[in-house]
Amino acid sequence: MSEPVWQRGDLLGVAELSTAEIVHVLDTAESFVEVAARPIKKVPTLRGKTVINLFFEPSTRTSSSFEIAEKRLSADNLNFSTSSSSLSKGETLLDTARNLEAMAPDLVVIRHAHPLVPHALAERIAAGVINAGDGAHEHPTQALLDAFTIRRRKGRVEGLKIAIVGDVAHSRVVRSNVLCLTRLGADVTVAGPRTMMPEEPESLGARVVYSLEEAIEGADVVMMLRVQLERQARAAFPSEREYFEFFGLTAERLRRAQDDAIIMHPGPINRGIEIASEVADGPWSVILEQVANGVAVRMAVLYLLAGVKSGEDERP
Amino acid sequence: MSGSLVIRGGRVVDPTQELDGPADVLIEDGGVTACGPAIDAPGNVPELDAAGLVVVPGLIDMHVHLREPGQEYKETIETGTLAAAAGGFTAVACMPNTDPVNDDPSLTEFILKQAERARWARVYPIAAVSRGLEGHELTEFGAQRRAGAVAVSDDGRPVWSAALMRQALRYARHFDLPIIQHAEELALSADGVMHEGRFSTRLGVEGIPGAADDVMVSRDLLLVADTGGRYHLAHMSTARSLDLIRAARADGHRVTCEVSAHHLLLTDEDVFDSGLDPNFRMHPPLRSAADRDALVGGLADGSIDAIASDHAPHHPDEKELDFVASPNGIIGLETTLSLCLDRLVSRGVIDLARLVELLSTAPARILGVPGGSLAPGSSGDVTLIDLGREVEVDPATFRSRSRNTPFEGWELRGAPAGTVVGGRVIELS
Repeated sequence: MSEPVWQRGDLLGVAELSTAEIVHVLDTAESFVEVAARPIKKVPTLRGKTVINLFFEPSTRTSSSFEIAEKRLSADNLNFSTSSSSLSKGETLLDTARNLEAMAPDLVVIRHAHPLVPHALAERIAAGVINAGDGAHEHPTQALLDAFTIRRRKGRVEGLKIAIVGDVAHSRVVRSNVLCLTRLGADVTVAGPRTMMPEEPESLGARVVYSLEEAIEGADVVMMLRVQLERQARAAFPSEREYFEFFGLTAERLRRAQDDAIIMHPGPINRGIEIASEVADGPWSVILEQVANGVAVRMAVLYLLAGVKSGEDERP
Repeated sequence: MSGSLVIRGGRVVDPTQELDGPADVLIEDGGVTACGPAIDAPGNVPELDAAGLVVVPGLIDMHVHLREPGQEYKETIETGTLAAAAGGFTAVACMPNTDPVNDDPSLTEFILKQAERARWARVYPIAAVSRGLEGHELTEFGAQRRAGAVAVSDDGRPVWSAALMRQALRYARHFDLPIIQHAEELALSADGVMHEGRFSTRLGVEGIPGAADDVMVSRDLLLVADTGGRYHLAHMSTARSLDLIRAARADGHRVTCEVSAHHLLLTDEDVFDSGLDPNFRMHPPLRSAADRDALVGGLADGSIDAIASDHAPHHPDEKELDFVASPNGIIGLETTLSLCLDRLVSRGVIDLARLVELLSTAPARILGVPGGSLAPGSSGDVTLIDLGREVEVDPATFRSRSRNTPFEGWELRGAPAGTVVGGRVIELS
């Protein structure tokens, strides 16, 4: 008997995933899509399992998506966020880990403003850890749901021209997506104003350009990143209107992309800043499909990790 | 601290006498009275057999943080100087960023009193440039000098105000005190926690550009040219800063610089490979391989004056925070000598005489303190080195109260074999 493809107890980053593992998550997610269409949107897969959602940084979208995924899998879940938690800044990782262990969770979903905190916790606790975003480092479930959405729409990822545009320096979405999409064989270009590019951006593993037009020329997929408005104070761009003028995606600019190009955005979108409403709401937009697919992909990840952690393997 | 001793049978390496060969060193009443082959010593002087060992002028670590007063849970003058002795250092110069800050002569007196009690190594206090290290008002350089301070610095922070730096450079000339600068343009380092480059990019970590150091060094050197003051650049980390220092020196300005062992041996890639281990976090951050290579080049060609540890103890609980939340700094008193012997001398980057210059002669000259030589008339401070001894860095054995080192597990050849301070052999308890 051959070894099962998925043997991980944690999902910390796309960086450590092989192509086969990525494909396995996407394939598994396919089987969870239809749960959302059932009259009773629930499967018993994680009954009796405890999942703790630990959000050290505010999040509505990702935390809700995980919460729905957990509920649809019948897991018992518990949400800690910075506002309601005594687990806070200044506590050592060891203390955080011990407190979590004391509650005996099966899985812990963690978002933290600092890179590699989920990795450090994973080393210290027995439960499976899912990285729901660590600073500007990785956001693996976002990249997996993006790849899933592309594959469903385009039938493949390999060979597609994909442009990712925006605040590359401070985006975990871009880091995980470049790793994930290039591993699946896509031709990825990142773009943004120079003030929003990290040092040596090529080391992310994608082609780098500094104009929106050049990035989306002939693209099959255009992924716009959210402009972090609070970063404007740090002089990354002078005004919202100037950003929109030079880096905003309009229907006019979109003509440079393929006729059947799809538009993606991790949300929440800033209308009239990185994306024009006509584009966000237009036929090419798959932004809401990303949200829906996010639940299925997170169900798949929770299911796969719980299976490894408990040694069980019951398909839904 | 004064005793008499004759050290026999060792290989004496002393660049101030261009000496490298078998010789004896006679110390009487705390000072060297003779250095040469087969010295006659008075019968009552005890002998120390140094056969198989290298005998060098006592090593001086010109940049350490002893944390006392105020943060005794990290280190004390007692434990810090014990760590110094264990690491082969006979003297340390301690930075003023304690709590309270050493911005008053009473603090310098307190530190000297505590050091005298500990008796493990000499301690040279460095006084603050500005009250409370806040960068607004000068401290009493003259009174500090009289109390025993050997330099002034706001280390841990830069003297950020150009106006205050200019006044400090001018005023310190009255007392021949060097201004030791932690060169960091705070607006550029901002929220950064590691070197800004390809590895910070891959990790999504806020970076500190090399320009954060270089901009401040460049500003300072213009002020040195303007004032004729004496300037020492602490923990230099970039290739550009080194070029700026070289140019200033070529123009005849009184400028010196030090590097730490970690900036000579580690890079931002090591930070990446460590998985953001907080023991790889310090300021300035570990820089690029190109910067590291330039610094190593500066050691060999003489552009760099001194190696210092920037010994910065932190309690294990503080380094159990994640990388971004953890404080800057690592300890180095007990690793610096072995690291330099193994990675720099054994590998032929520099020779032993040059290492003695970097770790003893130059620090003594820059700080204007005794030592740095074994010529008759020098203080009787000696470090003994066993070039053949193999050690593995094991923080559990450190005499320091802290354990924060990125060098755990490194296997090194060459280690301290003892120290003598003022003719008195330091016996580690």
